[in-house]
Amino acid sequence: MARALIHVPASAKKGDIIEIKTLISHVMETGYRIGVTGQPIPRDIIDDFVCTYNGEEVFHATLYPAIAANPYITFFTVATESGTLAFSWTDQHGATQVQTAAITVE
Amino acid sequence: MDRDRSRREILQAAGILAGCGALLQLSIRPATATPEMMKDAVRGVIGEAPVKKGKVKLDLPPLVENGNSVPCTVSVDSPMTADDYVKAIHIFNEKNPQPNVISVKLGPRAGRASFSTRIRLADSQNVTAIAELSDGSFWSDDIDVIVTLAACVEEPKP
Repeated sequence: MARALIHVPASAKKGDIIEIKTLISHVMETGYRIGVTGQPIPRDIIDDFVCTYNGEEVFHATLYPAIAANPYITFFTVATESGTLAFSWTDQHGATQVQTAAITVE
Repeated sequence: MDRDRSRREILQAAGILAGCGALLQLSIRPATATPEMMKDAVRGVIGEAPVKKGKVKLDLPPLVENGNSVPCTVSVDSPMTADDYVKAIHIFNEKNPQPNVISVKLGPRAGRASFSTRIRLADSQNVTAIAELSDGSFWSDDIDVIVTLAACVEEPKP
């Protein structure tokens, strides 16, 4: 679907609170703009973002057109165990993009 | 006397007409959300629960040069333990076409009840963040933002 950038620390101590930064390239067209033909440009947004840590959901966001283009979201989670963080963005048409990042917890 | 009155009447009539014109112009402006719509949206998400001020910190620049991308951080004062954590954070605005901005679900696994994103603002307006805690209480913070270049007005590239 699109290019996504994720920043997760490669390693962390058990129990540490880690910051996760995500960015995905997407127009986030609001549906309120008028195109050059005079017709409204149809809405095209990502409306759902989920982060799971070894399968368990740690962060879930519902996005509306008021989120700027190329949605950038940062949040926190507790480093509990080594494993993978999976990030999935779903657009309003149901297309999902999943990206993963590995983390080592000592 | 008679002439005077008629002139006054004409002026009054003209004033009323001008007022009507202004009203008409107001009513044909592009649809934007209103503070009432924001209240409805808030009630739609959190129900009839009372919302208290405090605990939440909504961080937005007070003067925004470009409404297309406004950095926005919400943090909630919470220990984020298994029995005392923030369940959800919602952001609402008054004057964008839609009152909702983002809704976030959290849990004790988050460690810190805070997130950042970039939002669009169509006008100078009030932005509100509401947090739902695990004990069922709601806390809020709001901030007035001045926007000099609004989102949604630029012409798309041909």
